[in-house]
Amino acid sequence: MKSDIIKGLQKKKNQILEDWITIQVADAGLREDLMSNDELREQSSELLDALLKAINDKNIINIESPDFEQVHEILAGLSISRARQGFSPRETGIFVYSLKEALLKNLDIDQTEDVKTTVETIFKINRLLDNLSVVTFETYIKGREEVILRQTDEITEISTPVIRVWEGILALPIIGTLDSARTQVVMENLLQEIVESGSTIAILDISGVPAVDSLVAQHLIKTVAATRLMGAECIISGIRPEIAQTVVHLGIDLSNIVTKATLANALKYAFALLKLDVRKIQNKVSQ
Amino acid sequence: MDRIPILRMGHFLLVTIQIDLYDRLATNLESDLVQMVNKTGARGVLIDISALSIVDSFMGRILGNIGSMSKIMDAETVVVGMQPAVAITLIELGLELKGVHTALNVERGMQLLKERIGSDDEDESEADEDSFE
Amino acid sequence: MMKMNQKLMKIVLNKDSMRIEKEQDVVPFRNRVKENAVKIGMGVVNQTKLITAASELVRNMLKYAGGGLVLIEAITEGRDSGIRLTFQDKGPGIKDISLAMKDGFSSGKSLGIGLPGTRRLVNEFDIKSIFGEGTTVSIIKWKNG
Repeated sequence: MKSDIIKGLQKKKNQILEDWITIQVADAGLREDLMSNDELREQSSELLDALLKAINDKNIINIESPDFEQVHEILAGLSISRARQGFSPRETGIFVYSLKEALLKNLDIDQTEDVKTTVETIFKINRLLDNLSVVTFETYIKGREEVILRQTDEITEISTPVIRVWEGILALPIIGTLDSARTQVVMENLLQEIVESGSTIAILDISGVPAVDSLVAQHLIKTVAATRLMGAECIISGIRPEIAQTVVHLGIDLSNIVTKATLANALKYAFALLKLDVRKIQNKVSQ
Repeated sequence: MDRIPILRMGHFLLVTIQIDLYDRLATNLESDLVQMVNKTGARGVLIDISALSIVDSFMGRILGNIGSMSKIMDAETVVVGMQPAVAITLIELGLELKGVHTALNVERGMQLLKERIGSDDEDESEADEDSFE
Repeated sequence: MMKMNQKLMKIVLNKDSMRIEKEQDVVPFRNRVKENAVKIGMGVVNQTKLITAASELVRNMLKYAGGGLVLIEAITEGRDSGIRLTFQDKGPGIKDISLAMKDGFSSGKSLGIGLPGTRRLVNEFDIKSIFGEGTTVSIIKWKNG
């Protein structure tokens, strides 16, 4: 009689689909801006097909059964794409929760059966659908994490602008922590810009770097060394007192690097290297 | 091509490496350059590596050798036009080009050589290592 | 659930191999590595690091074992894609790998930056050697690594 229930569900597939879509469309959280009703119907129908095909009275109690692999795959694909499209967890969750409602509604309950069996059946369907919800959330979060990772990449890209402050002088303000991935981007951008602009001096301003430990110092030293290999000089500016303290306490040797307290000082030093003189215009009209 | 052409410009020798070098070509270049420095009494050697997409430890050693050998024959060596990716890789590899100067391009390399040789001619004072326009 | 818990696998997408016998093979080999790196869209800096590492290893192979075979594979793992190079030789092998991996050590007449320097250029570095039988070095450079 258990298989009767599943057969019943399989037979009523179209009705379930209609009910399911009705529930989804009725929900206030439906994102018609992100997904059309046709699309929703297509996705719902695909998942329901797979689920009803996979389910039988044996595996209904074994949620880990490989029979459900295809269902999980479809669901994971949907959840990830929803995460990327910007659906909220609630909007993503409704998709599966409402399926449960539609399934239970269409359950053929034999009136002659005792209550115990009916409750058991409902439990089984519940458990199966709850597991599908877990899959949904797991993949949804994974999708969000991917979005975050991509954004991190983008931030790294954006947050390293190379500025031409003077003919032959570049400045690169570094804001935020300098890890090895970031250093790579900084180095690449800086060296590329040195070649393109033909600049002989680069100023790395680290006043926006919260802390300098030996690893960060290592990255800075590498950047300076690479700049010199190209035939340009690299000055590090924006050394705050705390940074000077930690550098010395950690025993980091920066003696081969030109360091200046402020960007202004570094610029002055760069002017001197380029034999430029910046002066105030003398006011000829005496008072 | 068995040999990289070496051009003579006044007191300087000019080499442009246009292709990724076979090892033999590189070692030939090393000996040819040293011979040329000796024969011409050149005071400076300028090597343009802007077309080199990679410099490994072998090529690095050749460049360093040229620099050191020229140095004992009283000529300065400047390597110009290194690609950014090559510079980053060399640093990561832990290879410093000891014994050679570097400059962004041929023009600046020439300037650097002129300044260094020029100051040598006037007085023997060790002016600062870096040279800018 | 079973999908989620699966460990990420390295999948080989493309396989290529090249026999290295003489010094003149180095430049064509580097070009072959470059072609493969360009094909998966690797950036210039990572390309350069990979090719330089490949060049160092292939030179080692020529110097100590007189040549060998190199596998060039395009691989993926999760959202990463990259190039794996495997250098196999039947040379004398390395007696003490941990010593050979130390900065500044070299048994040949190179600069002594060989193996440790090379390791810094790539994301994954694996070396196996049986003294008297040969050495296999495998490196991976991820596209965005």
